Amino acid sequence: MQALAERPPTTTDNTQAPVAFAFEHLHKTFRSKDGGTVTALHDVGFAVRKGEFVTVVGPSGCGKSTLLRILAGLERASSGRVLLGGRAVSGPTRDVGVVFQSPVLLPWRTVLQNVLVPAQVQGREPATSLARANHYLQLVGLENFATKYPNELSGGMQQRVGIARALVNDPLLLLMDEPFGALDAMTRENMNLELLKIRERTGATIMLVTHSIPEAVFLGDRVVVMSPRPGRVTQVVDVDLPVQRTLELINTDRFGAYVSSIRANLNASGGLD
Amino acid sequence: MAAIDASTHMLPRPVPGAADGTAQHPPSPDAASGAPVQDALEGVGLTAARKRALVLGVFVAVMLLWHLLVTSLDVSPLIFPGPVSVVQALYTGLASGEIFTHGIVTLSEILAGFAIGALLGLMLGAAIGQSALLEAVLYPYVVAFQTMPKVAIAPLFVLWFGFGMASKIVITAAIVFFPVLANTIVGLRSAPRDQIDLMTAFTASQWHIFRMVRVPHALPYVFVGLDVGIVLAVIGAIVGEFVGAQAGLGYLIMQRNFSMDAAGMFAILIVLSVIGLVLHAAMRFVARRTIFWTDTHSDLSRGS
Repeated sequence: MQALAERPPTTTDNTQAPVAFAFEHLHKTFRSKDGGTVTALHDVGFAVRKGEFVTVVGPSGCGKSTLLRILAGLERASSGRVLLGGRAVSGPTRDVGVVFQSPVLLPWRTVLQNVLVPAQVQGREPATSLARANHYLQLVGLENFATKYPNELSGGMQQRVGIARALVNDPLLLLMDEPFGALDAMTRENMNLELLKIRERTGATIMLVTHSIPEAVFLGDRVVVMSPRPGRVTQVVDVDLPVQRTLELINTDRFGAYVSSIRANLNASGGLD
Repeated sequence: MAAIDASTHMLPRPVPGAADGTAQHPPSPDAASGAPVQDALEGVGLTAARKRALVLGVFVAVMLLWHLLVTSLDVSPLIFPGPVSVVQALYTGLASGEIFTHGIVTLSEILAGFAIGALLGLMLGAAIGQSALLEAVLYPYVVAFQTMPKVAIAPLFVLWFGFGMASKIVITAAIVFFPVLANTIVGLRSAPRDQIDLMTAFTASQWHIFRMVRVPHALPYVFVGLDVGIVLAVIGAIVGEFVGAQAGLGYLIMQRNFSMDAAGMFAILIVLSVIGLVLHAAMRFVARRTIFWTDTHSDLSRGS
């Protein structure tokens, strides 16, 4: 429940950058099947600056995906406000790119045609879209697979197509809901490194939801820790690690300290049971 | 989304086929098995040539057995003809042009009835698939109509549309309609929730989602419906001709029944089977070409 806007991030040089998005006293309740109500989010509030990479970590049921869905405009908050680029979010906007856990590619479209989907539904100019689609396919290392169909690709490659698709309209904000949750451990580590590279080259603001504490620490400039019943923010951790992150970092004491402190916090708040 | 989820429960799964209780297998995108019969034969380690030889051998053996049984038991050809007299009747029917003349009539009824029934099923299915309200209002009538045996309504259709081809086309369309409709509805709702959410997050309109996601996802289901429909269309046309007709293979069967020509009836049954098989194969061919991204669709239409 700390207001993050008051705590400038320490590892990034964008302390003066404007706020990209912010949650203000956000509440979300669902009606459960037996007629009662379930509090998915309770008084969530934090702000993220432009160019920041924020990770949200917590066990299942802590409302982290709901938070992302509200920011994407797929769900409405019960009360409170979500600001994106200074404006209240009331539905899906063109400024957001989304990646889910499953790549959900259209199997009848080639890789390139899949990447072009958001550009097509938004009626963007075809020639520029095509150039951007090819650019992002190159960025995710799939420039040679543009004419392949999704079922000819591995899971990791499919997810990279999904990332290129989310980026094709140059969104201000990239939202990722456990994007690597379905991948094997080694592919996952590689994808983490690739994602950091993509972030470096695009300068995109990213919010990534995960249930892996090490992944959250490895990727994030800041880690927002959430606990369930009701879903709330229990801790916000500034990750003071080198901006250039390598896999060796995972074995360092400082990395381990962040991970164990977050785990301890989740234990204390009854998050892990 | 919630409305759609809730309304899906109103649809029976798997979708019942049609009057004869044909049930389709709902497509499972993960199942990667081919035709089980072929696999079974391949499992034994037979080459393609040997497989063909085996199939042919079994056919010859069955014919031979049929012939021997009929001759040795001295069955009257008026009751159960042997293969030789059936082939003779088939040849005479074909050579005289009788089967061809009547076959054209029946085939026209099948194709016209199928086209009309499938089109209506697709259109109403698309409407109901998009709207839970329409489903709540219309689907009970559709199911009620479906539960009436078409054979029982056929005399009324003949009364209303005459003894010509029109009444047979209507009956055929009525039979084809339901499997196409039911599969279209289920198919349009088969798109993964994540896929719809993703499109929504990219600010896609309902029309975009319908055209780019729902329709292609529905196609494997729709082709199951069409495949069941085309086979049922043959039954529809014959049922119509039985009730009252001046031409057609069904009419010819009745005629030969009156003249105690059992071999001639067998010959027509063979022709009807061939028509059904060819139409079924044609539908499978179109399906394979259209839904190229899945190799399981050929599995879907078994049971028809």
